[in-house]
Amino acid sequence: MDEKVIIAKRIALEFKKGYLVNLGIGIPTMVADYIDHDQEVVLQCENGIIGIGPLSECTTELVNAGGLCATILPGGSFFDSATSFSIIRGGHVDVTVLGALEVDFDGSIASWIIPGKKVPGMGGAMDLVVGAKRVIIAMTHTNKGIPKILKKCTLPLTAFKQANLIVTEMAVIEVLEDGLHLLEVNPEYTIDQVIQATEANLIIDNVIPMKGIEQ
Amino acid sequence: MKEFIQSKDVAKYVKSGMSIMVGGFLSNGSPENLITAVLDTNVTDLTIICNDGGYEDKGVGRLISAGRVSKLIASHIGTNPAVGRLMQDNKLTVKLVPQGTLAEQIRSSGAGLGGILTPTGMNTVVAEGKQVITVQGKEYLLEEPLKADLALLGGAIADEYGNLRYRGTMRNFNPLMAMACDIVIAEVSEVVKMIDPEMVVTAHPFVDYILVGGQ
Repeated sequence: MDEKVIIAKRIALEFKKGYLVNLGIGIPTMVADYIDHDQEVVLQCENGIIGIGPLSECTTELVNAGGLCATILPGGSFFDSATSFSIIRGGHVDVTVLGALEVDFDGSIASWIIPGKKVPGMGGAMDLVVGAKRVIIAMTHTNKGIPKILKKCTLPLTAFKQANLIVTEMAVIEVLEDGLHLLEVNPEYTIDQVIQATEANLIIDNVIPMKGIEQ
Repeated sequence: MKEFIQSKDVAKYVKSGMSIMVGGFLSNGSPENLITAVLDTNVTDLTIICNDGGYEDKGVGRLISAGRVSKLIASHIGTNPAVGRLMQDNKLTVKLVPQGTLAEQIRSSGAGLGGILTPTGMNTVVAEGKQVITVQGKEYLLEEPLKADLALLGGAIADEYGNLRYRGTMRNFNPLMAMACDIVIAEVSEVVKMIDPEMVVTAHPFVDYILVGGQ
């Protein structure tokens, strides 16, 4: 299975019935494809919509946060950017899922700039990670073998101590006060391989096979 | 009744060195005809305030690509390669602002407030040089209000009084910018006799001029 699909499928299991969820660009967007319909999860996009639906033929009128033409589901609504970020910053979003370049042992996140190389900007990410009740990081475990889960982020931060859960193609890691807890490991890898690919210390007490990736 | 203008009239309201807020999110809800009208003048050295840098050939990005902009205040510039190029050539200064902060800076100036206190950006480079204020035991950054000389709005439908409602996700920053600028020009796709007062998003006193013929 494609590593991005593994990550997306696993994250989809984190949502509870009726959750209001914001999905970032990239792997996070793919999570929408694996959400169980019975969960009645509602998706918010920071450009001003609750209840965003599948992509569509272009109408110019309605786009998602990646600028792609999309649809609105029954019960949805539109609002301006100040209201959208009141929803986000005000703690009304249950879960935000976003990609990252680096995450460190205390849950600090770097995702918006590689100085001198790439400066896309933070967009809504800084508000999302500060405001959402739960922050899930969706990313590949390493960058071509170079660890992305570090003792301390080297890139400029998106936020300090805000990540709650890190989901990669190798493992699921929870960020708690005392550090990073290895919860689940993809059966295609060993715990040792995960430790090798992770710079930060992992607390290992009760590891189970990664959920959601059978078949 | 508002003054309905033609594209050529836009030249009367723009001049070199001025600050312009342009509505839209990745050009969705940006006033393409007003942007063309500005490009048809010879104004330059503009300060543009917009959610993002648009695309090279779409939205506010067209003004940037054409070299008319000396300063851009935005949350995201990753979709327009011209922004990075011009920055490297020292022809463009970019100030990156978290999206929710940008929305509130604009809203607060239109609302007559002295800025806002936000947790977004704490312990990141965004906080550098800014006052930290503790309220009810929690630390916030003081972000100052942001205004401009001119607002160019898009994504709207007007009525004969000059009231506006917006279509889909094209609302985004438009209603906030309508309140934060000295002169406000709205590009609308159509003019109806009267918008249901319950549905008006931008009330007509905020709008100075209307250009008909937008998407």
